[in-house]
Amino acid sequence: MKTLRPFWDFTAGSVAVVSRGNRYYYAWIALLVLLSLGGLAAWGNQFVNGLITSNMRDQVSWGFYIGNFAFLVGVAAAAVVLVIPAYVYQWGPLKEVVMLAELVSLAAIIMCIFFVTVDLGRPQLFWHLMPALGNPNFPYSLLVWDILVLTSYWAISYFIVTYLLFKDYMGQKYNVNFIMPVIFLSIPLAISIHTVTAFLFMGLKARPFWDTAILAPRFLSSAFSSGPALVLIVLQIMRRVGSISIPNKALFKIAEFLAYAMAINLFFLGVEVFSEFYSPTQHAVHARLHWFGLDGRTDIAIYTWLSLACNVIAFVIFAVRPLRYKLPLLSAGCVLAFGGVFIEKGLGLLLPGMTPDMLGEIYIYNPSLNELAVGVGVWSAGALFFTLMAKVAMAISAGELRHRGT
Amino acid sequence: MAGNKKANQRGASRREFLKTATAGVGAMVGVPGAAEAFDFETFLQNHFRELSEDELKDVLQRLERKYSKKYRKTVSIDATGPIDGVVYGYGLDISRCIGCRRCVYGCVEENNQSRDPEIHWIRVLEFEREKVLRGINLEDGNPYYDHEQVPAEGKIYLPVACQHCEDSPCTNVCPTGATWTEPDGIVVIDYDWCIGCRYCMASCPYGARHFNWKEPEIPADEINPDMHIIGNRPRPKGVVEKCSFCIQRVRKGRYPACVEVCPVGARKFGNLLDPNSEIRYLLENKRTFVLKAELNTRPKFFYFYG
Repeated sequence: MKTLRPFWDFTAGSVAVVSRGNRYYYAWIALLVLLSLGGLAAWGNQFVNGLITSNMRDQVSWGFYIGNFAFLVGVAAAAVVLVIPAYVYQWGPLKEVVMLAELVSLAAIIMCIFFVTVDLGRPQLFWHLMPALGNPNFPYSLLVWDILVLTSYWAISYFIVTYLLFKDYMGQKYNVNFIMPVIFLSIPLAISIHTVTAFLFMGLKARPFWDTAILAPRFLSSAFSSGPALVLIVLQIMRRVGSISIPNKALFKIAEFLAYAMAINLFFLGVEVFSEFYSPTQHAVHARLHWFGLDGRTDIAIYTWLSLACNVIAFVIFAVRPLRYKLPLLSAGCVLAFGGVFIEKGLGLLLPGMTPDMLGEIYIYNPSLNELAVGVGVWSAGALFFTLMAKVAMAISAGELRHRGT
Repeated sequence: MAGNKKANQRGASRREFLKTATAGVGAMVGVPGAAEAFDFETFLQNHFRELSEDELKDVLQRLERKYSKKYRKTVSIDATGPIDGVVYGYGLDISRCIGCRRCVYGCVEENNQSRDPEIHWIRVLEFEREKVLRGINLEDGNPYYDHEQVPAEGKIYLPVACQHCEDSPCTNVCPTGATWTEPDGIVVIDYDWCIGCRYCMASCPYGARHFNWKEPEIPADEINPDMHIIGNRPRPKGVVEKCSFCIQRVRKGRYPACVEVCPVGARKFGNLLDPNSEIRYLLENKRTFVLKAELNTRPKFFYFYG
């Protein structure tokens, strides 16, 4: 009872905090709720009428949903990797950076799970995947591995966040010797979620475009160029609307980190281009589609060049010191890096892997409106979750939400 | 045997747990008639391989009732098991195939494939003979050829369906074990266990797996009432399906429908373990090849030049 009581107060206090705010806050929440509900309705439509409501077909059997999933696993992994430099460089309020990064991770993993769920033909049979109840094909199926590492990672991140917040709430200092090892444990786990997700694709010998050892490194490098970019944007917003203070120095450090990550990401891309085009095999057809289009269909190639342009401009902004020291320019760089990697991974990685299909047919996939509505709904639900969690976290950090006994 | 029993017990307690849980949810929601709208028995059904004899009987009877009612004719569904000492193999003579697609439509009728949207377990690719002489590249194939008469001049044909690989990538990746290889070498799917993630479709090198993007539609008068539970029974929406070597026929000693319907005798079928079978004769005396041999999936579907 003794520990339950403050926990109940904490919950009630949190509810009070998230229900207070200015006009913009209410408008933002209303928008997210509306879009989430729209997504839910679109998913309902898909559930009743089948995945025919998407533009996926036998030829391209995975699309927008799985692309978003792969991208968001990267965001989840990369946000936490910021914890290393945050700790090593002793940036200003380490705790805030760690906490916001962890919150971004938590929201990203929730979106990942949503995206996989909406991709299922029969989501009601989800229990078939669960140990003891169902029949998970472990250790053979990498999808089971992915579920395993994602849930462990979610659990550990959730634990870190609640521990830090609750200690703060109780007015106690967090125990560095206790929480630091847990935070460090979450770092290899972050790497593992993205490695396993890359293996999910790499393990398919049927798909030569993905059957390359550099796919996991590429997944990580592109994740590290997009996840921290999101955190950087979030930190700036939080600094403006919240009461935490994060020095510019910390932001510039993240930008520097982004420059390295993007450089490596572009290098890996170049390596892939060399092996595909210098000695092209029959399988280079996927890379040709990726870069130039096939049979006059250049839809995917447009994505590729757009993403490359975004990534290169972002790299220049991050790498050139006078440029990254201008905050508006830095923010633009972050948006470009985030968008560039989203296009690259969400569609650029997935679609050429599946086109032409296994028997050589070219079906050009673009998400349907219903798919887009579901996707927007998932993103909104994730943003909603993040906003509410961040609101509570900020209130506690600022001392507005405190246990009465202290 | 002991292992089986254990599995069944595990299955039974799982059923009990879910029954209680879903009944609780149902009561909370408090919607009368929800039980009819939502098929609880299918929802709770165990994995095919974990069903006890009694449970299997129940499932078969339930499905028979359901489909007899839906298609207004007496449907029989069985679960005939594999025959000892039999592993099936398939041979296809590409020098004889004329690309008439009778196999495609014979398969659709036999195996109750959806007519709308159309699902074809067999796809026939048309190639320029000139090109194929320099090596087969599947990207050169055209599945949508439409001639007045076949075979068209200067073309050759390559029908492709499930290759029933010995080292099948699809069964490895399935997260729920809803697809597996039977002792007689047939790769099957438990349509009631598949969650529709389509990972198997991503992993199949032969495009053999097809998804039910919507509720399949089959006219009642075209339904084939002789069904096998992991073969040609109608599939629900949201699951993957594919060729099962006509499991409902071959386990009763008959040929697959495509073998019977082929007008030029290009299709051969038999027991790979029987040294006197036709398929063994072909393997020993004809020039054979398998598709995408470099992937090491070891198909049991062989193409040969007659």
